[in-house]
Amino acid sequence: MDALITGLTEWFTVPLQFEFVRRALLVSVVAGVVCAVLSCWMTLVGWSLMGDAVSHAVLPGVVLSFMFGLPFAVGALVFGAGSVALIGVVNRTSRVKEDAVIGVVFTAMFALGLVLVSRVPSQTDLGHILFGNVLGVSDTDIWQVLVLAAVVLAVVWYKHRDLTLYAFDPVHAHALGINPRLLETLLLGLLSVTVVVALQAVGIILVVAMVIIPGATAYLLTDRFERMLLISASIAVAAAVAGVFTSFHLNVSTGGSIVLAQAAAFTLAYLLSPRQGVLRRGLSARRRRARGRSSVTAAP
Amino acid sequence: MSASTTSSPAVPAIEVSGATVRYGDVLALDDVSLEVAPGRVCGLLGTNGSGKSTLFKTVLGLVPADHGRVRVLGRTSADARRAGAVGYVPQSEQVDWAFPVRVRDVVMMGRYGHMGRRRRARAADREAVEHALERTHLSDLADRQIGALSGGQRKRAFVARAIAQGAAVLLLDEPFAGVDKRSEATIVELLRALRGEGHTLLVSTHDLAQVPVLCDEAVLLQRRVIAHGAPAEVLRPEVLMEAFGIHSDEEGPVWTR
Repeated sequence: MDALITGLTEWFTVPLQFEFVRRALLVSVVAGVVCAVLSCWMTLVGWSLMGDAVSHAVLPGVVLSFMFGLPFAVGALVFGAGSVALIGVVNRTSRVKEDAVIGVVFTAMFALGLVLVSRVPSQTDLGHILFGNVLGVSDTDIWQVLVLAAVVLAVVWYKHRDLTLYAFDPVHAHALGINPRLLETLLLGLLSVTVVVALQAVGIILVVAMVIIPGATAYLLTDRFERMLLISASIAVAAAVAGVFTSFHLNVSTGGSIVLAQAAAFTLAYLLSPRQGVLRRGLSARRRRARGRSSVTAAP
Repeated sequence: MSASTTSSPAVPAIEVSGATVRYGDVLALDDVSLEVAPGRVCGLLGTNGSGKSTLFKTVLGLVPADHGRVRVLGRTSADARRAGAVGYVPQSEQVDWAFPVRVRDVVMMGRYGHMGRRRRARAADREAVEHALERTHLSDLADRQIGALSGGQRKRAFVARAIAQGAAVLLLDEPFAGVDKRSEATIVELLRALRGEGHTLLVSTHDLAQVPVLCDEAVLLQRRVIAHGAPAEVLRPEVLMEAFGIHSDEEGPVWTR
């Protein structure tokens, strides 16, 4: 028993002796919480594809930032927000459906990024941008993550009731003289910034997981929005911690481990949620059928 | 909460004049003019695609009219909305019933126009919500998730939201769809009580049986206003048949359930 406790303690304490692990943990937890908070609204509005789109579309921005020696967040934000605006414009001014517009814009942006990377001599590794490099974040990276995270959380704290009103009933918002288009823009802006925050932790490809899975998981577990926020953030923190330590001990991809931990949480909720869980619903359906049969046999 | 004091009887609560709305090549509303006096219940009748929803959206300012104008209590739609005068009760299909909000939260959303930028509820807001819940007999169900209500209770929750808002003009989109007979009677009673306090109601419905019970007047819409008058006049078979170009040897539209 003592050996187990010692082992477990060491599992956590040994990695923490390394500064790069502590930094990775900080970035992953902060990014995870910001994404988790926003993911609650993403889940309810149904913007998963939009999250995917914004994350891929920032690639050329990141590459250009490196080219001009700017902080990566600057280019990423310009291209993230720009793509969202472009999607909106094309959607409103053509008969093509929104999901197709999103598909066209984000793949085009991503392709532009790939072309730029191949032409631009740069010290940055495409792999790090795509898959994250949280074990090697610089001081500048950490500051960008912390500042942007603080901005997103502050805006969300200030506007969360309006965002929920928009998600639930935009027509009612309009009827109250509150502009739903503005709230939509605000939410998209927050999504862009959040994606940039999470890039450092898990990279472009897996960002979308961070802005969907925690909220979707929490949605399976509660009917209260405030609880949904808490559960979602808790899942993200737990997944960040589990992911970073697992990645250290097993020498596997950090971003991958974090997202796998989130997916594991989702799977558990999907199967075991008290009200929404598949197992629970399956069991009660069988019980109902069994009752039905017994009442049939009992009938004369 | 007496809505009647906010406007003199001379000004119509809802005034639509010469409104024409096109979606691309499709003519949705054709020179529609309509006046509803304060404190009246007006039934808006028409088949699917007759422009009922478009007329609602035009009054709400969601769809701009190509021609014509809309006034609510003598003000532009935008001014009336900003003043909190316009309440909207959506069709069931337009609501995400799995959304994690409680009945109380939904009713509280009616108060957002009265609150500051953070929408923090004050004592007056909480009182208004409790009052609206009582009026709609939902006090005991206030902490339920909105989808855990029956069809009639769901409608009442959204009427409660409009009551909490203090809206003088209520637009109700198909309030009897998916509602059983007994809840229907409860809703009619509630709406008539609101009318008694001076609220003006525009009610779109397929359910012709409720029209003479609930409405002071009725409008028959088929892209144009075909008839506007007392329910008994508008609902005469000759008017209905003429309106839809149906001759007596053909079978009429199936209206009632």
